Amino acid sequence: MIDAVGRPQSVLVLGGSSEIAQAIVARLVPGRCRTVVLAGREGPRLSEAVDRAKAAGAEVVEGVAFDATETSAHRAFADRVFDRFGDFDLVIVATGVLGDQHADEQDPVAAASVLAINFAGLAAAVLAVTGHLRRQGHGRLVVLSSVAGERARRTNFIYGSSKAGLDAFSQGLGDSLAGTGVRVMIVRPGFVAGRMTAGMTPAPFSTTPEAVADLVVRGIESGAGVVYAPPVLRWVFAVMRHLPRAVWRRMPG
Amino acid sequence: MSPQPGRRELLSGWGRTAPSAAEVVRAVHPQFVDEAVTMAGQPGGTGRGLIARGLGRSYGDAAQNAGGMVLDATWLDAVHRVDLDAGVIKVGAGVSLQTLMERFVPLGWFVPVTPGTRLVTVGGAIAADIHGKNHHVDGSFCTHVTEMTLATPTGTAAVSATSDPDLFWATAGGMGLTGVITDATLQMIPVETSYLLVDTERAPDLDSTMDKLVTGDAGYRYSVAWIDCQSTGSRLGRSVLTRGDHARLGDLPDRLRLAPDRARAFGPRMLARVPLTPPSGLLNPLTVGAFNEFWFRKAPRHQVGRARHMAGFFHPLDGVGAWNRLYGTRGFLQYQFVVPDRGGETVRRVIERLGALKLASFLAVLKRFGPGDPGPLSFPMPGWTLALDLPVGHHGLDLLLDELDGEVIGAGGRIYLAKDSRVSPAAFRAMYPRVDEWVAVRDRVDPRGVLRSDLGRRLGLCDDRFPAPDGSGPDGRSGGAPRTEPSGAARRSATRTKRTTPTGRTTPTSRTRTPSAPPAPATTPRPSPTTPSSPERTGS
Repeated sequence: MIDAVGRPQSVLVLGGSSEIAQAIVARLVPGRCRTVVLAGREGPRLSEAVDRAKAAGAEVVEGVAFDATETSAHRAFADRVFDRFGDFDLVIVATGVLGDQHADEQDPVAAASVLAINFAGLAAAVLAVTGHLRRQGHGRLVVLSSVAGERARRTNFIYGSSKAGLDAFSQGLGDSLAGTGVRVMIVRPGFVAGRMTAGMTPAPFSTTPEAVADLVVRGIESGAGVVYAPPVLRWVFAVMRHLPRAVWRRMPG
Repeated sequence: MSPQPGRRELLSGWGRTAPSAAEVVRAVHPQFVDEAVTMAGQPGGTGRGLIARGLGRSYGDAAQNAGGMVLDATWLDAVHRVDLDAGVIKVGAGVSLQTLMERFVPLGWFVPVTPGTRLVTVGGAIAADIHGKNHHVDGSFCTHVTEMTLATPTGTAAVSATSDPDLFWATAGGMGLTGVITDATLQMIPVETSYLLVDTERAPDLDSTMDKLVTGDAGYRYSVAWIDCQSTGSRLGRSVLTRGDHARLGDLPDRLRLAPDRARAFGPRMLARVPLTPPSGLLNPLTVGAFNEFWFRKAPRHQVGRARHMAGFFHPLDGVGAWNRLYGTRGFLQYQFVVPDRGGETVRRVIERLGALKLASFLAVLKRFGPGDPGPLSFPMPGWTLALDLPVGHHGLDLLLDELDGEVIGAGGRIYLAKDSRVSPAAFRAMYPRVDEWVAVRDRVDPRGVLRSDLGRRLGLCDDRFPAPDGSGPDGRSGGAPRTEPSGAARRSATRTKRTTPTGRTTPTSRTRTPSAPPAPATTPRPSPTTPSSPERTGS
């Protein structure tokens, strides 16, 4: 059970090898978190994430295979993990790919894959998990969105629109869960320097997985509904959202 | 009389933190409770057990059962039997202490123990084994309970400290996890009036506060110190002590003495009600500091023998409805611990360290406990108890409280489960070293773990899931024992079931889930409630 100061005892991560998710787990385990289940593509990255969670001191740590685009397997996946591990106090939805905007514009299949992983497939997986959260009558769902979804830009509108979809989906889901004991928190980071953005020029207000994780943990503690990382982006995007299009499309980057 | 499916409701404790949803079912009749308790453990139910809930005054998650059933026990409100000569009454577990006072104070009988609010039920008072300002003289609530009816998954029976001491004392402070109390027989205490003669004095610092309590307690039946936690330095721990005893008619001023009906009246009204939840932050160090200053200054430096009505003396906050809303949407928690006499320094350090956080902490309550009772999970023990309210949401409060838990454990003390909403399973076990005794009794009356609460899950006393219906789990526990035995008496003579493996009831099972669920593979389950956590995670 999550306690009065927002410390979960069990966590399920969709996208277990995500750097942000790993940084969140690293902050939860020293608190109360004993059970960590990392779902993701099987491979060295996932096993490393499992090893790290174990090293942090979690008592039950497991990596389980999960592919966001395999929508027909989502229900069985969710049934399996909740059956094996019991309740989850926290589910972190961290699966996501950045894609290659320039190349993907010329390759509809690749573009569809970004949308399928970041939005369509993931949203279906979230629904499968939410069914269990609803039944258990408690739980927090933390969805990693992005400020890129606040307003799509000409230079990354495929990724941006996928996050916009996931973000809108999560808002609606959160409202539909009012009164069920399940709460949704949406996280909108800006440019996060890490594996996903390696080699790219950092945008203004760039941040790190660790800094995002700190804000997420504080958001869980205070029961926030939306977390921006860094927090100043809330105000930056409040303005950006309303810029005239002629200005917006000329924004650098 | 079968339990109807309840309404799914979001429930939280008085601190309004960590709400969860459950099927709330009205306990309209004791027989209905028996059936609900039996049904809760059977396939087709929610599969997530049951807990009783009274007036929801536990601060944390004690009366919540996420995804399961919560029995609203306030419907068990019958007065069964009254003996006004002996002061013995038998009432439904949902009767509140307020009701008892309204009915019986004018007839000359007062509840043996009352906490800082009279808006608690008799069942809740037993489940938390509540204490009052008279603990050093009269002990805790369950000492005055001569018998209760307890509905357990293995049967319903009258339980007393002589008929089944193990079960009686496991239920005292057992937080509802040994069964649903449907009624209780109480020994009330005689009073002549609804007034007390109260001595009030100020103490300038913690040392003098503690001195006065140590030397003066023997002379007072009721004794408590309200500490201003915002004061620091030489004024750290300054307090207002209020101590007294029931007034006899002849002690009262003429206006009451000559009107005995008024001198015995008990009908306090709620003065105001907090109509909505303001944003967190209304109570801040500034506003609370001002209040505390006012409280300290309005108290007379020294006043002897003033007649005060029970309601004002015992339950000052009950005059304001839903005052818990003042802490805002994030809610608050109460940290209450007890340490033996030698742990007096712990009291000072807790006040210092929580004071240093500069949180909006209203007056804290300090008092001395007398000897505890035999309940393995009963809170009181001889020594000092301090309770203070803290708003949640302050970054770092979680770690600080964990550290303070460590200090309390080091001093041989413990925290009060009725107030708790955040202690760790390992710290809990260190604070209540007799928990295994309690688990053995619980397993005897509830072998399949039907009685569950969020608190129980959080502390590792209850599991998320039931073992396989056929009891074929590798733990070898008799989960498949017949569940329709004729009477509770036969069962009470049964030997205790003891867990045979540390994995307890965490065996993976496929519950009544969707048909697409594949059979659960044998795998590492969550650590069992009975597995002690690794030592490096203890306490702090």
